[in-house]
Amino acid sequence: MTTTLQEPGPAGGGAPARTGLSPRRKRQVTLYAQYVIFVLLALAVILGADWAAISKYFLDFSKMDGQWGRLFGTALVNTILYTLAAYVVGLALGLIVGLMRLSSVLPYRWFALVFIEIFRGLPALLILLLVGFGVPIAFPDMANPPGGVFFNVSVGLGLVAAAYMAETIRAGIQAVPKGQLEAARSLGMSRSRAMISIVIPQAFRIVIPPMTNELVLLFKDSSLVFILGFTADQYELTKFGESLSNTTANSTPYIVAGAAYLTITIPLGFLVRRLEARQAKAR
Amino acid sequence: MTHMVEIRDLYKSFGDNEVLKGIDFTVERGQVICIIGPSGSGKSTLLRCVNLLEEPTSGKVFVEGEEVTDTDVDIDKARRKVGMVFQQFNLFPHLKVLDNITIAQRRVLKRGKGEAEKTARANLERVGLAEKETSYPAQLSGGQQQRVAIARALAMDPALMLFDEPTSALDPELVGDVLTVMRKLAQDGMTMLVVTHEMAFARDVADHVVFMDDGVIVEEGPPDQVIGDPQNERTKLFLRRVLDPTHVEVSGLSDFEKADGLSAGEAGEFKKPTGF
Repeated sequence: MTTTLQEPGPAGGGAPARTGLSPRRKRQVTLYAQYVIFVLLALAVILGADWAAISKYFLDFSKMDGQWGRLFGTALVNTILYTLAAYVVGLALGLIVGLMRLSSVLPYRWFALVFIEIFRGLPALLILLLVGFGVPIAFPDMANPPGGVFFNVSVGLGLVAAAYMAETIRAGIQAVPKGQLEAARSLGMSRSRAMISIVIPQAFRIVIPPMTNELVLLFKDSSLVFILGFTADQYELTKFGESLSNTTANSTPYIVAGAAYLTITIPLGFLVRRLEARQAKAR
Repeated sequence: MTHMVEIRDLYKSFGDNEVLKGIDFTVERGQVICIIGPSGSGKSTLLRCVNLLEEPTSGKVFVEGEEVTDTDVDIDKARRKVGMVFQQFNLFPHLKVLDNITIAQRRVLKRGKGEAEKTARANLERVGLAEKETSYPAQLSGGQQQRVAIARALAMDPALMLFDEPTSALDPELVGDVLTVMRKLAQDGMTMLVVTHEMAFARDVADHVVFMDDGVIVEEGPPDQVIGDPQNERTKLFLRRVLDPTHVEVSGLSDFEKADGLSAGEAGEFKKPTGF
């Protein structure tokens, strides 16, 4: 790389005249400079921070006394339940919209495209607000929806997830070679039978890693449901952390809630990398 | 008695590109017909029109007397009696060999699990792969995959089998196994329509050879006549190229010869950078 940057001598031919450091030496110096800058920055952060205040306000785990049960028993469980509910809605809707996107019926394709653009383009928070406070006004019968907060969460977050999943599923279906559908049709299968038995199972294998990733994103987005305002029994991790932080005048609950998220997201991230590696090998 | 396949005045275009320009021919029960011709001549498209994987632009196709090009026909039902084998095998990679062969029997013919598996095993036996029923397609060689694909098509009890260049994607040493299976099938009396570049197979096994070029049937007849003693210039040229590929005269060389080994355009481009 570096050698190609050197201008050849105007006369051409012969070794170019050395000016200062050799390319290899230059690279070494650059590397050392990077280490030095990194260490200096780290020192600045470490020396600039007020460690006494940090341990008092962020790492005072005595503030969590008597709260661990609620953290794991209520907040973490609720976070997982909200995520799964939204994921199921997102997957079902996403599959339908993804298939509509590929339909030969033009209005279906339009609808799918509009759906995807709207729910990918709007902030999830705004959609949650619309579902939580708009639906009861627009549909009075739904003022007390079945499932209560679960309905709002799963529909609100599910709509957003569906938009992303629809695009992923469409890409997965299109990644299945055309010959698969032809082989199935040549055996007398109808188009829908061929999709169900042959194309979609293969498409799902292709999209498992991105769909797992979507689960991680949804898990984090579940924190947005605090905006709907609900009872202590319905708290998820972020709301739990915020509420406890307010009552204790201490930020440790945020740190604890954050760690609780990581206990789920890190293994899931590891799983995604494993699945991707397996797929890369299979190809 | 009706013909097994009857094709009348068949035209097919892809956009502006007219691939089939009026094809007429018939296949009788038990006949083996090989379709040969240069690439792009429309052979595969013709084959794919028989089971309507391609919809003809105009013309009629009859299979066992039933017009499959009729818009009212139940095409899924019509396809059941026409088996097809593809160049790229197209086995279902997410299913084991046995399930590859049973899935259409069960979902389409509504056969029970036991009966479907019995038929599948019998057909695996027929192609010499009885021991592979629990393998996945990716664990098999190309030749084995193609034989499973043949067994999969046969399990539907088709009246007619279509082969679309079944050996073109295979390593040379694997071609023989697949051709042997096809030869056996022909001896058993199966009606077969085969697009192929295997001239020895066509000469040996076919009852009738069709030479296509540029969307039309140029010459047809018994193999000894079409392959052994072709009358048309295009057939002769094609066969010379296929049968003796190391001694063909390169077509379109006249330009090259004029420019002393370089075509006019290339010569100009070469001159630019060295033009001082």
